[in-house]
Amino acid sequence: MKDDLILRVVSKLTMPFMLLFALYVQFHGDFGPGGGFQAGVIAAAAIVFYGITFGLAAAQRLVPEIVVERLLAAGVLLYAGVGLAGILLGGNYLDYFVLGADTVAGQHRGIFWVEAGVGLTVAGVMLKLFYMFASRGRDAGDA
Amino acid sequence: MAATVVALALQRNLFGAVVLFSIYSFLMATVLVALDAVDVAMTEAAVGAGVSTVLLLGALYLVGGMEAKPLVRPLLPLVLSIAVGAVLAYGMQGLPGFSDPQAPIHVHVAARYLAEAPRETGVPNVVTAVLASYRGYDTLGETVVVFTAGAGVIALLRRRKRK
Repeated sequence: MKDDLILRVVSKLTMPFMLLFALYVQFHGDFGPGGGFQAGVIAAAAIVFYGITFGLAAAQRLVPEIVVERLLAAGVLLYAGVGLAGILLGGNYLDYFVLGADTVAGQHRGIFWVEAGVGLTVAGVMLKLFYMFASRGRDAGDA
Repeated sequence: MAATVVALALQRNLFGAVVLFSIYSFLMATVLVALDAVDVAMTEAAVGAGVSTVLLLGALYLVGGMEAKPLVRPLLPLVLSIAVGAVLAYGMQGLPGFSDPQAPIHVHVAARYLAEAPRETGVPNVVTAVLASYRGYDTLGETVVVFTAGAGVIALLRRRKRK
């Protein structure tokens, strides 16, 4: 689909908005519907869309596989790290009350980072799955 | 939705099945919106109708478009699924009525979450407060499950590629 002018233009036009919407869903999840899971999938979908339109190689140049693999591990570590931070600051594991000046600020900070961890992992896994499936097809086609 | 499911079961063309599955997922998302479960609806629309359709199409590209004709028509799975469906339908008789405020799930901790979450966490979206704070361990587990699934697929597909 690399030669389709309409697809190329539309995907370039909509990509920034998809990524922006992913960030909105990620960080506005406290106030409206959304959160890490949804935001991760939307962000991955934007890159998948790019990959479908411009080819897998272009998507892998944009977001290299090594970065994706690091991301999906970093998300879990970030989540678990928030729990450990709670212990280090004198609370229980995954206790957010101790993370900020007062309990509500602590809760906000904890939820923010935990959701960020979820988003990173989900986006990483979705993108990695797409890369694996798409690149297998390409290898089979070459052989 | 019921029409989609029947068409899905009858569909022999896998491409059509994937598209019908996507439509079903999108209808499910609208049902969830109607039930005021906006967070879940968003996930269903993004994961079910969006990304998993792309992944299924990617898998379809590898395996070809038509479902193989079954060699035998086994009766046992049909009987088994009808039996399980009947048991579930029987069990539904014992469930509390739809949106019954006295249902056990509404009188346990949900009332406390609704009353206390805005004050304790300062987060207006109670779904996020429950998901990330009160049920933080569960969500950590879910994240690890997603991570493990991804790692498993990576391990499976990468080994094949090297051969």
